[in-house]
Amino acid sequence: MSNGATTENLVIPQDYRFGPGEENALELDCGKKLYDVNIRYETYGKLAPARDNAVLIAHALTGDAHVSGKHSADDRKPGWWDNMVGPGKYIDTDKYFVICSNVIGGCSGSTGPRSVNPATGKLYNLDFPVITIADMVRAQKRLIDHLQITRLLAVVGGSMGGMQALEWSKSYPEMAQGIVAIATTYQLAPQSIAFNWVGSQAIRSDSDFSNGNYAVNPERGLATARMLAHITYLSDESMEQKFGRNLQDADRYSFAFKRDFAVESYLEHQGQRFVERFDANSYLYITRATDYFDLADGGTLAEALKVAKSDFLVVSFSSDWLFTTNQSEALVKALLANNLNCSFCEIESSYGHDAFLLEVDRLGALIRDFLANQRKKFQ
Amino acid sequence: MRKISAKPPKESETLIRPDLRRIAELIEPNSRVLDLGCGDGSFLAYLEQLKQIRPLGVEIDANMVGECVARGIPVIHGDLNHDLDYLQDQSFDCVLMTRVLQELRHPEVILREVTRIGKRGLVGFINFGHIRNRMQLFFNGKMPFSKTLPYNWYNTPNIHLGTIRDFRDLCDSLNIEIIHSFPIGRSRSYLDVKLPNLLAHACIFEIRDRQQ
Repeated sequence: MSNGATTENLVIPQDYRFGPGEENALELDCGKKLYDVNIRYETYGKLAPARDNAVLIAHALTGDAHVSGKHSADDRKPGWWDNMVGPGKYIDTDKYFVICSNVIGGCSGSTGPRSVNPATGKLYNLDFPVITIADMVRAQKRLIDHLQITRLLAVVGGSMGGMQALEWSKSYPEMAQGIVAIATTYQLAPQSIAFNWVGSQAIRSDSDFSNGNYAVNPERGLATARMLAHITYLSDESMEQKFGRNLQDADRYSFAFKRDFAVESYLEHQGQRFVERFDANSYLYITRATDYFDLADGGTLAEALKVAKSDFLVVSFSSDWLFTTNQSEALVKALLANNLNCSFCEIESSYGHDAFLLEVDRLGALIRDFLANQRKKFQ
Repeated sequence: MRKISAKPPKESETLIRPDLRRIAELIEPNSRVLDLGCGDGSFLAYLEQLKQIRPLGVEIDANMVGECVARGIPVIHGDLNHDLDYLQDQSFDCVLMTRVLQELRHPEVILREVTRIGKRGLVGFINFGHIRNRMQLFFNGKMPFSKTLPYNWYNTPNIHLGTIRDFRDLCDSLNIEIIHSFPIGRSRSYLDVKLPNLLAHACIFEIRDRQQ
């Protein structure tokens, strides 16, 4: 907006710290406990007196609690889902009390591998326990309890956020009336595990990595991991449209191993921007959490979802080859086998996995209408 | 090219169309009802209000899926020409398929699916054996063109046309029992025509699997 004096609401990040003592620590799937846990979170809108309008948004792999708005009027960019979430937007903060928290293991305010280990007074680094998606959700549940919300209207998430939303329906079936699972999967497929492994190797084989005890981010490894992952967020069609075989700076090949192509330049740019805001150890821990994610727990998904009670909205994107429509359909099948209320839509898009952040209008209308109907029947 | 999809009735139309009203009468209160080719979900919403059913729709058109979500009707975005294995055996009291049978690639496969998924099916069928169609073919020597069949032969979503008698034969060969049939007359105004294979424009069949 041109007018710097607009009454744009600024959002203030908040912290909730718990678990200094044994009884209050966060129990993890690996069997260890996490002490003195901090959850960085942001809230938008007002909790209704009936407490029937709380919507939890779970962020994706490299997201954070800052989903919408700005922290200060000078911020260059608003939160990561600002076109979806805000006053009068699809997830309307005039109607809903929206909560978003940084996952544990993250590097944007919540306790993670670059936090201080209270037992040693030093950074955890690779002493940080390996966490799971269920652990992230367990931490979110503590926050929701702290906010004195006994039942969420909905948990909404895309990609890894969708995994968390699904986990909520299994770990805390009474806690969420609606689950919105976007461009996600109920278990990480071997292909995705494979991509994560290569990313993890790139980071760990960077000479700056120092077994996780680095002073400065091992940028080359982390940037490589990000570039690889970024390819999986696009599609061949979107790359063709966006870059083609265009050359970046010259009109002929360099006949050397310089960056010739626009697509190479783009990836490098993505990698560089990423290392400025994301920590290598966090990347290792969070991708590991997705590797271990299997809602079916080695059995059948339908069996695992027997406890679920929520209503579901499942959305996939036609060109998403990371978390495919087939995976969403398998989820839908298991939900229907449990006689749950479930809607599924595949949105036609050429953007690949990234579509969940880009196809705002079509996705937004579905979420808006789903939430409105959930609110009508909220109990 | 027009995609194969349901032709959803407009909401106002739903409330007055006698064939749909007739179907509504056949639905048990509080039952679980699946509508294959549910369009914008208005008919399921109508049944939900009237009979307190628990609905689910299947619809191929993403915009229509959005309409269903807006109505609060659970809906699966899917193609009836593809596998319906996500719908469990006998998991619905009634499966509706009132508008799309003649548009599907394998009507015999979908009829089996209807009786597999539902304890009962209510299937709508356009009767190509209607006297006017026969007359047009006989006297003009050309494929019929009418209000019910408003397409040229080469450009029609109705790729599987048959007569009421054909439908009965097919059900017989599939071991599907026709519990009742409800012939529908011209402009859907009378529902109990005599000589249905000659005089009915369409027919609703209540069917079930003989094995069940």
